[in-house]
Amino acid sequence: MRRGEFVSLLGPSGCGKSTLLRIVAGLAEPSSGTCRVALGDRRAGHIGFVFQDPTLMPWSNVANNVLLPFRIAHRVDIAARARVAAAIEAVGLGGFERAYPHQLSGGMRMRVSIARALVTDPDLLLLDEPFAALDEITRLALNDDLLRLWERHRPTILFVTHSVFESVYLSTRIAVMARRPGRIVADLSVDLPQPRQRAVRMAPGYAAMCETVSAALTTAMSGEAA
Amino acid sequence: MNRVWPILAPVAVGAVFLGLWEALVRWNDIPVYILPPPSAIAASLWTDGPSLLGSLLVTLRVTLAALAAAALFGGALALLFSLSRIVELSFFPYAVILQVTPIVAIAPLIIIWVHTPFLALLVCAWIVAFFPIVSNTTVGLNSADRNLLALFRLYGASRWQVLWLLRLPTALPYFLAGLRISGGLALIGAVVAEFVAGTGGAETGLAFRILEAGYRLAIPRLFAALVLLSLTGIVIYLILDGISRRLLKNWHESATAEDET
Repeated sequence: MRRGEFVSLLGPSGCGKSTLLRIVAGLAEPSSGTCRVALGDRRAGHIGFVFQDPTLMPWSNVANNVLLPFRIAHRVDIAARARVAAAIEAVGLGGFERAYPHQLSGGMRMRVSIARALVTDPDLLLLDEPFAALDEITRLALNDDLLRLWERHRPTILFVTHSVFESVYLSTRIAVMARRPGRIVADLSVDLPQPRQRAVRMAPGYAAMCETVSAALTTAMSGEAA
Repeated sequence: MNRVWPILAPVAVGAVFLGLWEALVRWNDIPVYILPPPSAIAASLWTDGPSLLGSLLVTLRVTLAALAAAALFGGALALLFSLSRIVELSFFPYAVILQVTPIVAIAPLIIIWVHTPFLALLVCAWIVAFFPIVSNTTVGLNSADRNLLALFRLYGASRWQVLWLLRLPTALPYFLAGLRISGGLALIGAVVAEFVAGTGGAETGLAFRILEAGYRLAIPRLFAALVLLSLTGIVIYLILDGISRRLLKNWHESATAEDET
């Protein structure tokens, strides 16, 4: 992966997408081989992680949830507070700082989770099917928001998904995985105009790319059945 | 309408029940020493009230002290268990043994060993009350969200931070649920211990008054003491429930469910 890329990991469930993400984050050990993360290093705050569930602390309000990385690093100061406020503003939740997770909708909780991952300004952002549990409308809105955030801060993003359309819309590169054994079977770059707007979804190039990716995915699945 | 029903319905059931009780006792001429009518119990509550309240205070002091000790010691023990798996494996079975041994059976021993009556009663009530707190809090401390734990690791949190910022808040609702159970148990423990100890003299608890009233066939007073005892249990529960709701009102389902529906 190159710096500033937006790479999607696409594959059927059980092919090890999430495991790969956890290995990159240093949360799991590879069963063989090693994993090198060259960007910065795995020091605290260089990697942001967004789980499939918002994974918020229900006893803390939005601001304190986003503040968590600083609290753990013993760096709760005015600068940290300012970055928390900016991150909450960036995901469109300005004014909800004092709300508790149970008062928010699923999409808003996910936004809080993204704000928490972005607040340390990480070099590498890992997202593990973050929008899988959301409804289609919220999902589309969050797709666009994620793109805007990526364009502004340009972290390297590794995005796990099982949606072909989502991966084509968001990424600059797509790695298709197959299972048993989990492996990457195709590496496709996405040549669609930047910055991506909703209109991209209507462009003929988008449909063609989705077709290509779907075909690669089908090959990956059929290879396993044989 | 909806706000009144939860109070009105049980009160109505109670009133009907008491009315039937009164009527049955009067119609069938049941003697007072077998089953006193509610009116006689109310009268006894009025006349013996002050002296019964004094006894109640004695029992209450044992109950509250035992509950406080159970909360403190139970919480600390659970914390120790969560910090070391070995400690938990070695000591948890003994906590269970302490719990399943009937308190009536060990109370005489404790009363022989501990010379101060208050302290002896306290130990008995504490043994009954502490287990729900230990077991609940231990479960709570170990049920932190796996993804949050991963996140804490990712940000390089120390063991102490994981405990303070994640495990303890996670355990709070479990601890409070344990506390609510223990509140009732502490009262039962205190009463059982008093029954066994049967302390006479100046410091007589409510349980001893029940025994005494039974011996003297002062059945209305026995019932009056029982009423006071159950009222006390209810009040303890309500107070603990209130504390729990207050502490959890911002986040936990058990406390927030009402305003969401």
